Amino acid sequence: MQQTRTVELGTGLFVFLGVGALFFLTTQTSNVQGFTGDSYTVTARFENVGSLAARAPVTMAGVTIGRVAAIDFDPDLLDAVVTLRLNSRYDRIPEDSDASILTAGLLGGQYVGLTPGGSEEYLADQSVIEFTQSAVVLEQLISKYLFQGGSE
Amino acid sequence: MTQWFFELVYTLRGFLQTFGAMNLFFLRIVSYSPRAIIRRFPLVIRQVYNSGTLSLVLIMVCGFFVGMVLGLQGYDNLSKFNSEDSVGTVAALSLLQELGPVLAALLWSGRAGTALASEIGLMRATDQLSAMEMMAVDPLRRVVVPRFLGGVVSMPLLAAIFSGIGIFGAYVSGVIILGVDGGVFFSQMQANVEPVHIWQGIIKSCVFGVAASLMAVFEGYNSIPTAEGVGRATTRTVVLTAIAVLALDYMITAAVLALTD
Repeated sequence: MQQTRTVELGTGLFVFLGVGALFFLTTQTSNVQGFTGDSYTVTARFENVGSLAARAPVTMAGVTIGRVAAIDFDPDLLDAVVTLRLNSRYDRIPEDSDASILTAGLLGGQYVGLTPGGSEEYLADQSVIEFTQSAVVLEQLISKYLFQGGSE
Repeated sequence: MTQWFFELVYTLRGFLQTFGAMNLFFLRIVSYSPRAIIRRFPLVIRQVYNSGTLSLVLIMVCGFFVGMVLGLQGYDNLSKFNSEDSVGTVAALSLLQELGPVLAALLWSGRAGTALASEIGLMRATDQLSAMEMMAVDPLRRVVVPRFLGGVVSMPLLAAIFSGIGIFGAYVSGVIILGVDGGVFFSQMQANVEPVHIWQGIIKSCVFGVAASLMAVFEGYNSIPTAEGVGRATTRTVVLTAIAVLALDYMITAAVLALTD
């Protein structure tokens, strides 16, 4: 009887610890944020998205308010259509806000930064952000400086 | 020259025969498993205790030290690029994807796999398995299947505990001893670890659990019924498990990378 109890207690402890570790790993080490709630999507057109990827963060004032849902190429207008999924908690973003593709650190990943405009109208589901600024491509920047240096 | 050739053919034939026998053995065990879970649940629990709970201390201590080493090595190498803040990311990614499942499987095979193989082998050597057959008790269902299931259930949990404790070990050496900021340690980790990395580790540990348990019970059940045979079965268990785990590790990694790209 005593031995059975030890086995049961030990097994219980082991399974409890194992499931606890799995829970810790799945919730605490990865970037699955509490973003399963309501969200709305807006689109923005960019001339060049650089190395922006799906799931990249969308930030405003440095705070992540959404994620990039999809990036598509528009064959008619020859530009990139980026779909942004924003948290419904932030539903009062001025309609004339400006979206730019920024880089975190010198070699970090790229993200979309929103800068607020002054409009009284707010972005809603399916709205389009008019003002966008493309990603800075390092090679273009370098060649620009090179040619400027040559003309002086 | 011809002698060599025939020996080679003979060895290859033996290898293929063992491999085939192992696959048939596996299919039989799997087909008995659902019934064993319902009918012989206490036996399965007992084997989870034997191969899981009793390996717990070993897994936790080893996981802690592996994590400490990752923190130390990661800090030392990353500080050359001024990016010692990523030490949490490096430790978590290597533990979750590779070191947790692989080392847990290798340690399990040394701690519990050998115990299974020698236990079943000794039952064979002392005619206990034949005695069961005489009493119309199938030793495969009564002895082998619960031990196999115990290993299969234990392995993912042990690998998760290994990774969890390992991250704590990396925190101890990286943050507490070497002075990386604790918040940065976790925020960098959370920004770079994706759910697919965690799933990869869980899939790996499940596959390794099946492979390692199968090797142990197969070698024990088919051991030569002498003292030397039992010893040889124990050795073969560890050797085969190590080879199988590392080869499967490569295959699963390649498959996951191909599927996620």
